[in-house]
Amino acid sequence: MAEKKKTTTKKTETRKQEAPAKQDVKKQVPAAKGAAAPVKTGPSEKPRIGVFICHCGTNIAGSIDIKEVEAYAKTIPNVAHVDNYQYICSTPGQNKIITAIKEHKLTGTVVAACSPRLHEPTFRRATKVGGLNQFRFEMANIREQNAWVHMHDPEGATSKAKDTIRIAVAKAALLQDLTPKTVPVERAAMVVGAGIAGMQAALDLANAGIKTYLIESMPSIGGRMSQLDKTFPTLDCSQCILTPKMVDVGRAENIELMTYSEVDAVEGYIGNFDVTIRKKARGVLSMAEAEAKGISGGGCNGCGDCEAPCPVIKPNEFEVGMKPRKAIYINHPQVVPLLYTIDFDSCIKCGLCVTACGEKKAIDLEAKDEFVKVKVGTAILATGFDMFPVEKKTEWGYKKFENVITSLEFERLICASGPTGGYPIRPSDGERPKTVAFVLCAGSRDNTGNGKPYCSRFCCMYSLKHAHQIIEKIPGCTPIIFYMDIRSFGKMYEEFYYRIQDEGAKFIRGRVANILEDPKTKNLHVFADDTLLNRPVDMEVDLVVLAAAVQPMEDTERTRKLFGVSCTGDGWLQEAHPKLNPCGTTTAGVFLAGVCQGPKDIPDTVASAEGAASAASIPIHMGEVELEPYFATCIEERCAGCGMCVNLCPFTALALVEKDGRTVMEVTEAKCKGCGTCGGFCPGGAIWMNHFATPQIVAQIDAFLLGGEQ
Amino acid sequence: MSAPPEFPIPKREPGVWQPKILGILCNWCSYAGADLAGGGRIQYPPDVRVIRVMCTGRIDALFVLKAFADGADGVLVSGCHFGDCHYLAGNFKGAKRMFMVKRLMKSIGLDDRRFRMTFVSASEGTKWGAVITDVVKTINELGPSPIKEFNK
Repeated sequence: MAEKKKTTTKKTETRKQEAPAKQDVKKQVPAAKGAAAPVKTGPSEKPRIGVFICHCGTNIAGSIDIKEVEAYAKTIPNVAHVDNYQYICSTPGQNKIITAIKEHKLTGTVVAACSPRLHEPTFRRATKVGGLNQFRFEMANIREQNAWVHMHDPEGATSKAKDTIRIAVAKAALLQDLTPKTVPVERAAMVVGAGIAGMQAALDLANAGIKTYLIESMPSIGGRMSQLDKTFPTLDCSQCILTPKMVDVGRAENIELMTYSEVDAVEGYIGNFDVTIRKKARGVLSMAEAEAKGISGGGCNGCGDCEAPCPVIKPNEFEVGMKPRKAIYINHPQVVPLLYTIDFDSCIKCGLCVTACGEKKAIDLEAKDEFVKVKVGTAILATGFDMFPVEKKTEWGYKKFENVITSLEFERLICASGPTGGYPIRPSDGERPKTVAFVLCAGSRDNTGNGKPYCSRFCCMYSLKHAHQIIEKIPGCTPIIFYMDIRSFGKMYEEFYYRIQDEGAKFIRGRVANILEDPKTKNLHVFADDTLLNRPVDMEVDLVVLAAAVQPMEDTERTRKLFGVSCTGDGWLQEAHPKLNPCGTTTAGVFLAGVCQGPKDIPDTVASAEGAASAASIPIHMGEVELEPYFATCIEERCAGCGMCVNLCPFTALALVEKDGRTVMEVTEAKCKGCGTCGGFCPGGAIWMNHFATPQIVAQIDAFLLGGEQ
Repeated sequence: MSAPPEFPIPKREPGVWQPKILGILCNWCSYAGADLAGGGRIQYPPDVRVIRVMCTGRIDALFVLKAFADGADGVLVSGCHFGDCHYLAGNFKGAKRMFMVKRLMKSIGLDDRRFRMTFVSASEGTKWGAVITDVVKTINELGPSPIKEFNK
């Protein structure tokens, strides 16, 4: 290939302007780099690359002819050694790399196997153990992006594997020794969202001795779980098991609780996130805040004197709008912190509450949003979920017929602390319902484009629980459950399902097609197809409960972008790996807990929160983390000081400085994240991106297009 | 989610032209999306060879032009959706350059359909399959790059 490449390069040099520039960079860079440049071996050294081809059982060998690829790899220039093995990631496989580096005096290794996103760390370690710098390793992805996607085209897959290996060898030959940068980790963590997931994560972190900032956008912590009455399958009272945790969070010394606050801006990287938090104007001082302002013995003690005279009446969001609240309010008696909040959107600033508060002087009607800056090492997102607006499914008549309600409304109606004191009634006339229809998959598992394609996972189980509660609370009442499948997959869930069957709930397998209201009685006719009896059903019921799908909180989109976390098409936050790294994200130092990642019931949520807390505490306990040294460096001899790169950098890592009488660019390594946006633009080719340097990429392009079997 | 439409396996004989397409992918979105397509066993034609960079912002317009000068029949650049960039806005800056490449290609008489920038997220494995199938189809329709003839 070398000869061929030479001749072609010459040809291009005469024709294209950019080609010689790139070739020059390749030759000149090693000499041109300053003292700060990473250690390199001399330019005279001829690359000796070892290629290791993995069978991955039949995953790769099933579609790719390994023998043919191996024979071909031996002919690639600079390749000194080729080997193949069943599973290179296994210990014997890794040992092959380690021994070959010594035996064949390799200067670089290429493993043709799975995705670098999976096993790059494994093989880097093997390369390091073998005595080479770990960044002398390059991976050729012949599984995820070859064998698995060309299963019926072995010939095409084999030829692609040859090219992929050749491209990887070309890069490996030009790789340099790099040293990972170690940075200290701030001994503090942040949890965004104080539902059950966020609270559990914050408690775990705090108990591990880590200062934790718990940010909640609502006035009280507790999240969705605090709205529930009972929890399946044990029928524990939700508040009874949640409030101890809420109290713990409120009292924990290591937790700094910031309710009614939002994350406003995030800067930095793992170990050193600078987070700006917006404390929304609450209008009420806590006792500590009052003390700080010199009002001794003042501040809100939660007495509620201010609430009575307030003339503004608004729907209470916590009770899903079924109970009124004032403009100065607490949502329910068990709020943590016990601190009133003024809803400044509806407050008319009449001042009656200020008078009622009197000597405590807790109310400040002129309060403004405050911005607080904190520094944390790691962060956990636990932003939770919202209900799907089920009125979009017009066939079920939610918000059109009074007696069609959602499961969250039902949850409040059956809750002892709810608007009806725990006696479920029909919204139209306040009567006790005698037959209640539960419509499952209301918006979930819906491919019509008008709903959510995924399963919301906990609706089956809470609807079974609702059926139980209605049998328990209203003697003689029959729950009728319209279902597609009952998904009772958890521990003791199936047993719970049998129990509800035995208690007398009726199950009809069929999706509800339509719900119509009898205008006189306000009763509802539920039309469905009973797919077990194969006949249509028209059932008259008193109340319909829609088990609405769940969806990410509206604000999740904004928060995730602040932290640089990606999401799936449905808007759920995306984990680093669905199976092997379910709590991590692609942003190092940011983790996920609870339903913000996808629907989970309470046990799964708590488990994921504990997992995330454990993962988030690791870098903090280690005290320092290694960053991949993919920094930009300036080749000062080539830098014209134009400053284009300075404006391009999203992290303000670049600056122009005077050096030896010239203006050149300088990189602040701590700020550089290695995206290469500067290097992709520099008109003089003066920016050297470690590990993704221009000569390396150009060599890859050349190896693909000029090197192969033409 | 449905698999991309079936594609016939082409005849591969000496002398029969096979498209040479270079794909430059960002590490965080499209490369991960391509990995997801692999995990999901989504089948697509094998004519695209992939180079991984950390961000589409890293891609110099000259890389694309170098590939065409070297005789590539097509180039595909793929990154994150706007607003989803791991590095805040690298894909905006990359995309701006890629528009420039398209205009340059037009002005030198090279069909600009040979070059494409797509946005495939880490969760869009199916979309990745569809993108590759479509890119390969387009290049097959356009035939060998005229630059290759010119180089001979």
